[in-house]
Amino acid sequence: MTLLHEPDYGTPAALSLARVEVVVDGVPVTVPAGTSVMRAAAEAGFDVPKLCATDSLQPFGSCRLCVVEIDGKKGTPASCTTPCEPGMVVRTQTPRVTELRRNVMELYISDHPLDCLTCPANGDCELQDMAGVVGLREVRYGYDGANHLDAPTDDSNPYFSFDESKCIACSRCVRACDEIQGTFALTIVGRGFDSKVSPGGTSFMDSECVSCGACVQACPTATLEEKSVIDLGIPTRTVLTTCAYCGVGCSFKAELRGDELVRMVPAKDGGANEGHSCVKGRFAWGYATHPDRVLTPLIRDAITEPWREASWEEAIGHAATRIRDIQTRYGVDSVGGITSSRCTNEEVFVVQKMVRAAFGTNNVDTCARVCHSPTGYGLKQTFGASAGTQDFKSVESADVILVIGANPTDAHPVFASRMKRRLRDGARLIIVDPRRIDLVRSAHITADHHLQLQPGTNVAVVNALGHVIATEGLIDRDFVAQRCDLASFAAWEAFISLPENSPEAVEAVSGVPAEELRAAARLYAAGPNSAVYYGLGVTEHSQGSTMVMAMANIAMATGNIGRDGVGINPLRGQNNVQGSCDMGSFPHELPGYRHVSDDAVREQFEVLWGADLRGDPGMRIPNMLDAALTGQFRALFVQGEDIAQSDPNTQHVQRALEAMDLVIVQDLFLNETARYAHVFLPGTSFLEKDGTFTNAERRINRVRPVMAAKTGKQEWEIICDLSTALGYPMAYDSSSEIMDEVAALTPTFAGVSFALLDEVGSVQWPCNAEHPLGTPIMHVDGFVRGKGAFQITAFVPTDERSTRRYPLLLTTGRILSQYNVGAQTRRTANVAWHDEDLLDIHESDAEARGITDGGWVTIASRVGTTVMRAQISDRVPPGVVYTTFHFPGSGANVITTEYSDWATNCPEYKVTAVEITPTLRGPDALLASAEADAGALA
Amino acid sequence: MTSHQAWSVEAATVILQAMPAEERLMLPALQRIQAVFGWVPDESVPVIARELNVSRAEVVGVLTYYHDLRQSPPPPVAVQVCVSEACQAVGARPLAASLEAVYGVPLGETRDGVEFAKVYCLGNCALGPAAMVNGRLLGRCDVERVGAAIAQAQSVLA
Repeated sequence: MTLLHEPDYGTPAALSLARVEVVVDGVPVTVPAGTSVMRAAAEAGFDVPKLCATDSLQPFGSCRLCVVEIDGKKGTPASCTTPCEPGMVVRTQTPRVTELRRNVMELYISDHPLDCLTCPANGDCELQDMAGVVGLREVRYGYDGANHLDAPTDDSNPYFSFDESKCIACSRCVRACDEIQGTFALTIVGRGFDSKVSPGGTSFMDSECVSCGACVQACPTATLEEKSVIDLGIPTRTVLTTCAYCGVGCSFKAELRGDELVRMVPAKDGGANEGHSCVKGRFAWGYATHPDRVLTPLIRDAITEPWREASWEEAIGHAATRIRDIQTRYGVDSVGGITSSRCTNEEVFVVQKMVRAAFGTNNVDTCARVCHSPTGYGLKQTFGASAGTQDFKSVESADVILVIGANPTDAHPVFASRMKRRLRDGARLIIVDPRRIDLVRSAHITADHHLQLQPGTNVAVVNALGHVIATEGLIDRDFVAQRCDLASFAAWEAFISLPENSPEAVEAVSGVPAEELRAAARLYAAGPNSAVYYGLGVTEHSQGSTMVMAMANIAMATGNIGRDGVGINPLRGQNNVQGSCDMGSFPHELPGYRHVSDDAVREQFEVLWGADLRGDPGMRIPNMLDAALTGQFRALFVQGEDIAQSDPNTQHVQRALEAMDLVIVQDLFLNETARYAHVFLPGTSFLEKDGTFTNAERRINRVRPVMAAKTGKQEWEIICDLSTALGYPMAYDSSSEIMDEVAALTPTFAGVSFALLDEVGSVQWPCNAEHPLGTPIMHVDGFVRGKGAFQITAFVPTDERSTRRYPLLLTTGRILSQYNVGAQTRRTANVAWHDEDLLDIHESDAEARGITDGGWVTIASRVGTTVMRAQISDRVPPGVVYTTFHFPGSGANVITTEYSDWATNCPEYKVTAVEITPTLRGPDALLASAEADAGALA
Repeated sequence: MTSHQAWSVEAATVILQAMPAEERLMLPALQRIQAVFGWVPDESVPVIARELNVSRAEVVGVLTYYHDLRQSPPPPVAVQVCVSEACQAVGARPLAASLEAVYGVPLGETRDGVEFAKVYCLGNCALGPAAMVNGRLLGRCDVERVGAAIAQAQSVLA
């Protein structure tokens, strides 16, 4: 259920181009062939009463409330399951159907609690509404017969309750779980009168449920209801905004009472999510009001001292004075800043502007350095634009889906649901991953090929695919001739055809059987529409950039670029990683990916900003950290990022932070990095922000404040104040003015404004005079760089490899309920699903080492050791172990190394040689540190 | 019933892997499990789900729909009396009443290891009233004929 009632046409739109005209209650209406009578009636302005129908689900025809009469047809067909036929004359309000509907409703109500006045859904209940619509006045059957009124309530899920006594068995929840989410966790058990909805005969928490909430949203009664609604009451107002977790960027209706958030409901017209959400977006927002949040600025002279509360003026003044002192003593370039992919475009833009214009250096970098910087580099080199090529909707037209180094069902669950829907409808699937992720095989999804490669051999595997395409005559020569740079193609064709790239040669290094590689390559090349979706399993390698280009090569060679259903699609980890890169967060690029050395571009910025800008690239994050240890880099501004937990080789990061004279952290919580900070500037949660996020499909979505900033200041205001204190006055009346400045300076954003976004909902950049409403699919008529450029992508094995001392390869990833360093999700009830990081290890490796399921183990790499509990799992092959990095105590990054992508320095998180040994005791001290950050104030 | 195998995941996996791993074969899969083990234990749900690549909930949905699929171990003797129209027309009601009187147990209950159940059609309409005892179909039934079959089933077990 939802407060802001979007129109519900009862059944999904039909896609046919053929049209059919029918007459509903005397009104002629023309609809696509295949449209239901119910939907046609709604389009003609007549809502037929319904309970089991909703336009996000296929028609079901079970509630019998939507009966109508059709001239020349016998009986009273259900309008939801009856397709329109040419010339049909439909009557939705005859005495006969009115009587029938009232009788049906009478039966429903004879087995339904009559506690409407005290029911949590009072005022937001379709059963209640329909009872009114059909004019129910009495229940002749009485209430003494057999009924379900004493059925129990399942409260096991932390976020919603399942009150069976209120269920009308319409199956909307079951169908939502099947059709929308694709988990199939719900069913109807029993038969006849005993039929009831059940998560498979167990409790919700013990079931296959992933808590996406689609069932709660689909329920027309209070049977499945958010606990927050039960506790707080029905919300009274709605604010449209955007989720701040992953790069899917789901649109939500934040529903409030006053300024208290009651629930988040995904918006049906959200371009990225079309009415769906996951457990994080819908439910895990409680961190915004968590008592651990710091709301007052804090300062201290040394990190050994306790924090002291300060006024904004004092904290900002203190920070500005120290920055200028350090620059005076150690030079302009001894300071720098890191922007956050969790913050809005506007917030990121002002931070990089402050660094460039007020600090006077290009030492600005962003957390995308450690995730998708190879995407930016690789796609720019090949296609000319540092971004994914498609919109999410494009997957609905894909025939072959190639997923590489991504685990969408955990990390991008809402997109995964869309992908799974397409797979159930017949698309073929190839998975390239060392682990058996859910997409390899889970209910109703089976990958045609799982190329289970050794970590670190991505490039070899994709080159082998390219080899088969080139040597088996599978190249789309017309596409290449028309769209690509022919010299680069000729060089690539010669290179990729070399025997070292053959599947037979690659089998030896990757462990993937040659025949499997050949079959996968043929399938990808056959398409006709083949799409690549990839994640950090591609980028976080020493050859991350090479790998991105290798994928781009095969897409160009097979002509799978520039239309619906194809493309190269990075699944971005963070809500605004695309945006933070777009906004000029890299040390060598101004907003819009224009090099700082381009005098014409720089001059444009200098004129508008009234400042001299440097033409030489600044330092990247790893350079800043290295320079800190040699004393050249002295002060760092960190916006909403926890490098002490998230960046590789934690000890190195900690020593670098310790060596700095000034660390300024802007965040919601005193995170691990704040242990090394001297100034803490409290930030705002997404529920307080006013701005925009840009998701993985380049979609710019509005983030609207649902409550006032708890700190009293928007983050961009704090940056403006700091910049002003540094002697470079920066001021905006609103964040919309910041976007206006972005638009004025950035050709791909030229048409973007808050006014446009408020009017049309969202746009995908490029948005300019040529594309006033944005660009869902890129490179349609030609590549952004002109001709597509093939790149030579020789496989160079990483120096990090298993040895006798460290014989196993560790790879890391995320799980569904937690998000990255967990600063937010650890502070929600999502810990009910995952409250510690575990090491997945294959049975044979465990047995050889005497490791038991659930036993403590020490993980040692050449740079460090940590301790966590083992989980024996057949998801990893022998020789490979896997863990997540959601909890600071588990120290997954204590063991990751300094190796990184050759082009962008993106760390090689995905390959670390380790040895695992059983240990007797858990890391009590380490586990305690997860909670210690709250205590750091004392 | 004839001798059933003791439940094991391994045996169930072998049974299921002998058939195509297709969702549409859910009902045959459940029937084979019951044929071999005499019932469909809860432990078989994840095995069937895994082998047919469906969710556990879907297996439970089908399993709980059909009364003929047992979710608890079968009794030593199971008697099914057809009470559908054709058999009613030729004396199923008096037969049921006689069985209830002789064995002192209403249809739908179990006494002394003998379960009496109503079924709706055994496909033996030409030879009604029909009944089935431990899987053996009986036509032209009267209480003696059914009683003899029960006694024989008990003697086999003894």
